[in-house]
Amino acid sequence: MGAIDPFVFRFSIFVLAIFVGYYVVWSVTPALHTPLMSVTNAISSVIVVGALIAVSVTAFNGTSWASKILGFFALMLACVNIFGGFLVTGRMLAMYRKKEKR
Amino acid sequence: MRADIAALAYLASGVLFILALRGLSSPETSRGGNIRGIIGMAIAVATTLWVVGVTDALTWGLIAAAVVIGGGVGAIVARRIHMTQMPQLVAAFHSLVGLAAVLVAAAAMYSPDAYGIGTEGAIRTQSLIEMSLGVAIGAITFAGSLIAFAKLNGNMSGAPILLPARHALNILLAVLIVALIVYFAMAQPHWAFWAITALSFVFGITLIIPIGGADMPVVISMLNSYSGWAAAGIGFTLENTALIITGALVGSSGAILSYIMCKGMNRSFVSVIMGGFGGEVAAAGAAETRSVKRGAAEDAAFIMKNAGSVIIVPGYGMAVAQAQHAVREMADILKKEGVKVSYAIHPVAGRMPGHMNVLLAEANVPYDEVFELEDINGQFATTDVAYVIGANDVTNPAARNNPQSPIYGMPILDVEKAKTVLFVKRGMGSGYAGIENELFFRDNTMMLFGDAKKMTEEIVKALG
Repeated sequence: MGAIDPFVFRFSIFVLAIFVGYYVVWSVTPALHTPLMSVTNAISSVIVVGALIAVSVTAFNGTSWASKILGFFALMLACVNIFGGFLVTGRMLAMYRKKEKR
Repeated sequence: MRADIAALAYLASGVLFILALRGLSSPETSRGGNIRGIIGMAIAVATTLWVVGVTDALTWGLIAAAVVIGGGVGAIVARRIHMTQMPQLVAAFHSLVGLAAVLVAAAAMYSPDAYGIGTEGAIRTQSLIEMSLGVAIGAITFAGSLIAFAKLNGNMSGAPILLPARHALNILLAVLIVALIVYFAMAQPHWAFWAITALSFVFGITLIIPIGGADMPVVISMLNSYSGWAAAGIGFTLENTALIITGALVGSSGAILSYIMCKGMNRSFVSVIMGGFGGEVAAAGAAETRSVKRGAAEDAAFIMKNAGSVIIVPGYGMAVAQAQHAVREMADILKKEGVKVSYAIHPVAGRMPGHMNVLLAEANVPYDEVFELEDINGQFATTDVAYVIGANDVTNPAARNNPQSPIYGMPILDVEKAKTVLFVKRGMGSGYAGIENELFFRDNTMMLFGDAKKMTEEIVKALG
């Protein structure tokens, strides 16, 4: 039996995270399903890490320039989502109020 | 060492994202959850910048420009958007995630050494598979979300567009995409990557155009799920834990929401995806001759003022008319008169999960007056007035009594059990399912014809 491919570890994390997601999302109150969608949107923009790697590529030829430029646009799109997603979620959540006690 | 610390930092941001979703279990903890999400994102970004070690001015300039432009656009949109437009906004955000996934995958293909997945033209097979799956799902999400956006925003009719032989076409596209992925994984030519992207883009369009406007809650949840799987695919390519965890979270979140929406309509996921439902007006059988009882705002005001309890049932029509503020005003006056007011929300009311709750929250309706179907359905029998505003099919007793009805089996709000039912509607038109609502013709039903907002405002005037 040889060493385990690191992919297997990542795949294990992936599978476990699906289960965590399953239980966490079922516990979300239906009243907050819209903020749930906007916040999942915001966090899926963590794809920004890939964009940052691409935009930081040292450009010296055609393909590396292509990566850099693709990374720039990916970063821009991800930023729209990060800022927009978290801000609009915050804006919505601020509106949920309890009955005022008299 | 650096890689180990980075991996732990990414794990931390993944955990913070889990806590962000966990916070949404109640409105009190939700705001803290959002903050945790922001911290998680900040950690992921800072870690990446640290690992990459950006030193040159050009790169810093590009990063700053992208953050300012992208962040600025995002912030302005988030501030300006109306709550009634949330479904479009979410669809637009999904499309951006999809497109970002495509761009990142392309960048990884052109500079694989930067991602540590091989050298150009000699990328590891495993990475090629992960990358091409990510790009395919990303492109489908992008195109599908654009269509969903256009339908929700009214740039495109909500009616299903049925291409001839669309199922065969979709199967053909899927087969071609899979074949190209296999070829790309073996020979890795750049053209195959772009062909996968282009075909997936077309597939995204053909997948969503046959789905009618009323099925949008399912579509938008499904695209939410897809954007997660696309992110996870890219996460494997980048060997990044934060991205893998987030992708899995978002993927399962969207899948659960799709399931809840399908259950709320008593439709199978497959039948929604196949499309064709909703939007079309079913050929009416015999012309309707029965008469309905019409009422004016004054009548409605009188009935509600003298009631002990009122349950308000909002639907998509309330969102379209932007009537939520007027509704809350009406409820305030009624409460002052000593009437008990509560709100009943059907799971598929509106165009996305939780749409009605956000609108009511926007109008300052306290969330503990707003109830889900299973929590309030028992109370209609002891309620004096059900005020149905902009909802129709979700109250139709045919769903329970008539096995021939297309909505048979769908859970409905039992408004018929209330002593009096007030229906605010533009006209006698049927709901999205194109079915006559038996309730309109009952003795205890009064139809209030008019715009939801205007009618409610008139009632407020008559009450005052």
